[in-house]
Amino acid sequence: MTVAALSNPAARRVGVGSSLRRSRRWALITAYVFLVLFAIFFLIPPYYMIVTAFKSDAEMARMATNPWIIADGVTLEQFRILLNNTDFLIYFKNTAIVTVCVVIITMVISVLAAFALGRMRFWGSSILATGIFLTYLVPDTLLFIPMFQIVKGLGLLNNYWGMVLVYPTLTVPFCTWIMIGYFQSIPKELDEAALIDGAGHLQMLFRIFIPVALPGIIAATIFAFTVSWAAFVYPMAFLYSSDQQVLTVGTVTSLIRGDVYKWGMLMAGALLAAAPPLVIYAFLMDYYIAGLTAGATKG
Amino acid sequence: MAEVALRQVVKKFGEVEAVRSIDLDIPNNEFVVLVGPSGCGKSTTLRMIAGLEEVTSGEICIGGEVVNDLPPRDRDIAMVFQNYALYPHMTAFENMSFGLRLRKFSKAEIRQRVEHAARILDITELLDRRPKALSGGQRQRVAMGRAIVRNPKVFLFDEPLSNLDAKLRVQMRTEIKRVHQKVKTTTVYVTHDQVEAMTLADRVVVMNNGRIEQIGSPQELYHHPRTRFVAGFIGSPAMNFLPCQLEQNAAGMRVRISEMIAFPVPPTNAARYRSAVDKQLILGLRPEHITEPRHNGRDDGCQFAATLDVVEPLGMETMVFFTVNDTEVCGRVEPSSAVEAGATMRLQAGIEHMHLIDPASDVVL
Repeated sequence: MTVAALSNPAARRVGVGSSLRRSRRWALITAYVFLVLFAIFFLIPPYYMIVTAFKSDAEMARMATNPWIIADGVTLEQFRILLNNTDFLIYFKNTAIVTVCVVIITMVISVLAAFALGRMRFWGSSILATGIFLTYLVPDTLLFIPMFQIVKGLGLLNNYWGMVLVYPTLTVPFCTWIMIGYFQSIPKELDEAALIDGAGHLQMLFRIFIPVALPGIIAATIFAFTVSWAAFVYPMAFLYSSDQQVLTVGTVTSLIRGDVYKWGMLMAGALLAAAPPLVIYAFLMDYYIAGLTAGATKG
Repeated sequence: MAEVALRQVVKKFGEVEAVRSIDLDIPNNEFVVLVGPSGCGKSTTLRMIAGLEEVTSGEICIGGEVVNDLPPRDRDIAMVFQNYALYPHMTAFENMSFGLRLRKFSKAEIRQRVEHAARILDITELLDRRPKALSGGQRQRVAMGRAIVRNPKVFLFDEPLSNLDAKLRVQMRTEIKRVHQKVKTTTVYVTHDQVEAMTLADRVVVMNNGRIEQIGSPQELYHHPRTRFVAGFIGSPAMNFLPCQLEQNAAGMRVRISEMIAFPVPPTNAARYRSAVDKQLILGLRPEHITEPRHNGRDDGCQFAATLDVVEPLGMETMVFFTVNDTEVCGRVEPSSAVEAGATMRLQAGIEHMHLIDPASDVVL
């Protein structure tokens, strides 16, 4: 900008305006560049997984073909062998049972705990709430050794019901923490109104708090589901026979023999294993994002 | 329908005393407004009546029964909150009927009561809507509906109009008064807005610092405030307070506010003020009692000249501000007689409306 332009207020205004527009445009371009880079970075592995799952073993073995495309046509051969000739369906069933049980146990415990800790102020409630979160910070790679003793003591070693007992130690603290935050964000007049309307604490929880905190409950459910669906360390340590195994460990141990990787089936298995979380995310995302609390009080 | 009584009620939050031993009797069907600045204990008092706060000491009676240890649901009260506190996942109908459903009323009875309340509040069309789809005023009506359907012994309102814009507030104020005339129920209403208090109340309870300053009808509080606080709190703009000295001479009693200005004390008041002669006092005079000269311009010793600092035309009247001995004074004059800021204007004090306050005790003499 010239000295003349600076000394002229009108020119200066134009200058400021255009530089604001320019900097906004740059911010937008930079944002898009990084978003595209991140999208590519995160989408390459799933893409590779999908492409590989639909290839034949022969095509994979041929080094001359481009690994990023399906050259010999799509085949469902990998899925057929995986479902018919391996224990994949058993793993899938075990995982589903464990996950559904863990999600139910987690949500019951954490909703009740969060309601008590977040809304019913009592002596030591905030210390307890922090304590619960701290337990989440201890990694499962440390916990599995003492946990092994407990599971063994209960006679649940190599039994997937042991996982139903163990996974909530990962999910409950975090879900409780999320729910405490949600419950605390609900205006306190809402429970006072319910108290005056004649509701007891449980009626208040089930008829007011759970419906209003639904986005939070769904967020916590998704978290509990993902954690127990994808858990690896505990089943690796506690389960060893094929009929008790879950998807994560089962797929890897049965499809990698020594240094032989059955890539096609591994990818087909990974694709099938990734499907339920994907479907759940897709269905619940709208709820997850929608703020149901709007309109409760003056916005 | 019930009377409410508070007997030496105290509320402490730790070491802080929010309510300091208040006594209050509210007869059946009366509309009582608790008014005062923030932190004066009015909301805490209301919440203790509702059962949302425990009473530290003292007794609260509703309908002759001590309710200190009763939970809110057993007190048969209904409350309207400042931010409406509607259940966001329920329609207006469900919001209004929630209390009745919990109390296991029959479906027919619930429908009949909700529809009746909706007719009173003119919200029949809105019963299927969720709070999100309602405007502020409509939400407040639904919140009132939720209180009305219960047909409780006592209505409690906690600053219900504070979140509404000025126009809607006036409209809802009238609405609340209309509803109270239709649904005769003992009502305790908390507000910090003295205009709301004056317009709605049968009796106003002015609170300050956890204590009741004065209880009385709106007119009584306006014309006969007992303390400096009440005198300053009731009325808008607030009463002017001017340091003064009471003089007695052969001609009578005079109240002197500056070397130049002294007003004759009306003979009706003189006897009351006799003991305060020669003392430093505070003269309280409302802006509406400082006007342009009236009585056909006849000077009865209450006229004086003032150089105006600020002039605020409001349409039907003009506010004038000037200074006497470093104290800002506000007057209310006819727009046609107002002069420009900086000019000198002849004004008249309506001294028959004067109040004299003892600065040591802040009590009106």
